[in-house]
Amino acid sequence: MLQIHNLHATVADKPILKGLSLTINAGEIHAIMGPNGAGKSTLGYTLGGRPGYEVTGGTVEFVGQDLLALAPHERAAAGLFLGFQYPVEIPGVSFVQFLREAANAQRMVRGEKPLSGGEFLKLAREKAALLKLDMEMLKRPVNVGFSGGEKKRAEMVQMGILDPRLAILDETDSGLDIDALRICGEGINAIMRKPDKAVLLITHYQRLLDYVRPDFVHVLAGGRIVKSGGPELARQLEDEGYEAVAA
Amino acid sequence: MNALALPTRKAEAFRYSDLDALAGVWPVAREMVSVAAGDTVAQAIVLTEAQPTARHLVITLAAGASCDVRILNAGSAFGRITVEARLGAGAQFTLGAAQIGGGGQTLEIVTEVAHDAPDAISRQIIRSVLANQATGTYLGKVAVARGANGTDAAQSVRAMLLDRTATANAKPELEIYADDVKCAHGCAVGELDAAALFYLASRGLPPATARKLMLHAFIAEAFVGAPDEERLLGEALDRLESIL
Ligand SMILES: Nc1ncnc2c1ncn2[C@@H]1O[C@H](COP(=O)(O)OP(=O)(O)OP(=O)(O)O)[C@@H](O)[C@H]1O
Ligand SMILES: [Mg+2]
Repeated sequence: MLQIHNLHATVADKPILKGLSLTINAGEIHAIMGPNGAGKSTLGYTLGGRPGYEVTGGTVEFVGQDLLALAPHERAAAGLFLGFQYPVEIPGVSFVQFLREAANAQRMVRGEKPLSGGEFLKLAREKAALLKLDMEMLKRPVNVGFSGGEKKRAEMVQMGILDPRLAILDETDSGLDIDALRICGEGINAIMRKPDKAVLLITHYQRLLDYVRPDFVHVLAGGRIVKSGGPELARQLEDEGYEAVAA
Repeated sequence: MNALALPTRKAEAFRYSDLDALAGVWPVAREMVSVAAGDTVAQAIVLTEAQPTARHLVITLAAGASCDVRILNAGSAFGRITVEARLGAGAQFTLGAAQIGGGGQTLEIVTEVAHDAPDAISRQIIRSVLANQATGTYLGKVAVARGANGTDAAQSVRAMLLDRTATANAKPELEIYADDVKCAHGCAVGELDAAALFYLASRGLPPATARKLMLHAFIAEAFVGAPDEERLLGEALDRLESIL
């Protein structure tokens, strides 16, 4: 599904990704762990096409397309979803308002017919219920006044509505209370654990991985993947730290 | 102020004006509005025409009076609206204005709000969206007289420049001679929040749609709570559409 080959990227002229390679196949769940400042969020933003994150080398193929040649909204339409570490607040624009337009813009690119207002609301209500987020919150301005945990849950509701092929979830677990962590974990499984989908979880802790069990765990340090393994690697990292494991 | 002689740029209220266009509509008649004690008046000025226009309101609010003025300054030629408001004790004055320009026109809103007596409240929200060679100006003076204690005055002035060639001038001004006064003014000229645009794009919204959604929200702030909020917003969004 996703083949990243020798990716180099800079932010504000500073090299952050320095030859990162990673392959994710359909049906797989991967976790990336790594010290603060290693470049994990940079990887997500670069794959999402955020302006200011400049690719200086390497290739990324996503479901047979050159991902790097696409604009951010085209990447979304191709099936990429980015769950933000820090979801952005947008005053005056409600979730339901923009998500319906976003979902229909994606459907148009894929040659599917647009969702009516009623169909969209039904879908949104269903996904909000899955994540136990009050539907009324989706009528409010995007993330404005949401608690940290509510923002993360709203990210997962959006993922449910947009139904991507690949979700890159950047520290979805940070800011979640114990119950919300379970709800989000189960939500990720319900939405994304399918043979034709894949997930890249960026996290610092084992706790989310207890719910969303990864097939592969990678350590990102210094802008590249320095170690890969199975689920046991996450536990080993938690016990021994990055320095001991990935040195 | 001599009401008949054409002003020059030396006059503070005209320093950014388009004097050639102004000459065509000069002199500008004063429109007097007086709101009696305890009364409520709402007024909307909508300029969306192709000819140069200037208006000048002089509003007097008696004690406990309330006045809500909304302005859409979005014609395709020169548009200038001056609002003078004089507030009695406990009066409430609201001004919500949007300026939308995408040609080479100059759009101006000039206000002078005089808190003459205690405990009056004034709220001004000005939102400008400027593209191409358009110029948008807001000059807003709030004067709090001696003895006007308990005054509560706020000005929120923001402009979005869609092109490097557009210009925004903003000058909120406070003159305070009283005690126990709450005055807030914020002023910002900028571009749409890049992080928000990327967030919307990452969900699949094409850039033009994302920009439009954010500009809608920005302009809507000027009309929140107006008696004819929907009509004003509708007209504003039509004008916005025409400059995008
Ligand atoms: N706009 C920017 N300008 C300069 N440096 C930046 C910018 N954005 C990120 N960086 C730098 O890039 C490096 C990688 O940041 P990134 O956010 O990808 O780290 P991370 O692995 O996600 O860390 P964390 O675990 O703390 O979330 C950091 O050193 C950071 O300071
Ligand atoms: Mg990060």
